[in-house]
Amino acid sequence: MDRNEALAKLTDNVVEVLAVDPSAVTMEANFFDDLGADSLDLVELVMALEETFNVEVGEDELKDISTVGAAFELIYAKL
Amino acid sequence: MSRHVIITGASRGIGAAIAQHFIDLGDKVVGMSRSGTTPQGCVKSFAVDVSNSTSVNEAVKASIEEFGPVEVCVVNAGVTRDGLAMRMTDEQWREVMATDLDGAFYTARATMASMVRNRQGSIIFIGSISPFIGVPGQANYGAAKAGLVGLARSLAQEVASRSITVNVVAPGLIETDMTSDLGPAKDQMMAMIPMGRIGQPSDIAGVVGFLASNHARYITGAVIASDGGLALGH
Repeated sequence: MDRNEALAKLTDNVVEVLAVDPSAVTMEANFFDDLGADSLDLVELVMALEETFNVEVGEDELKDISTVGAAFELIYAKL
Repeated sequence: MSRHVIITGASRGIGAAIAQHFIDLGDKVVGMSRSGTTPQGCVKSFAVDVSNSTSVNEAVKASIEEFGPVEVCVVNAGVTRDGLAMRMTDEQWREVMATDLDGAFYTARATMASMVRNRQGSIIFIGSISPFIGVPGQANYGAAKAGLVGLARSLAQEVASRSITVNVVAPGLIETDMTSDLGPAKDQMMAMIPMGRIGQPSDIAGVVGFLASNHARYITGAVIASDGGLALGH
């Protein structure tokens, strides 16, 4: 899967789980400050991403995910 | 009402009565038990060993695929292996902890994600008044059932923002197979019940039904005893 395809899938997940507008999902967007997520939302999003990309994200990796870009790099590195 | 209701330990006793309660309301009741036998009227039955998280996860996943998000989860499966603590074996301790506490966590964990996504749900743990009054011979059971209260309150905090309630119903002495072999202890306990009678499984099912209903949407993290007053003041 190339980066653009992966990013599109990730964006779909973010839009669906967080109920935000696709235009708000930029690489720099912070899940908590910009996208209005709470910790439970983030867990939900990670579970959705695990399913979509068939990867596993460890509990200790969750704390590194603050922005859409960080989430993307974490997931993409696992593909 | 046709809600997707999952009940563990549904084959007999309190679990079977709870299953019947929801069946009578027209809900889609999925029964889980070790044997896989559950009351007639359940839309599906699974043979599940709740102390095995893989067994729990697979059954819950299959249930969600067929009936959608879990709306009510009644964590009822439990066993007793009574004995005075000084003579209690590791196996007696582990077996009760594995089914009554580990199993409760595994079941709740497996159903929670679908509730969070669905922004609604009720998780109801069947506890016991045993840890509130201290019952000799039940160090294992009392510890596991007390553990459910802490488990429920943590979960209640975690998912409250998603309109999911998590509560504990604590039965007193109820007429089931589990209490049929208590021997003389049963008569002693009977004498301590202010209402002077043993409870019926339906006395518990009614409380569970209430906690799962729209009348109880603002109740979470609560422990409700249904015990004829046996644990009054605790």
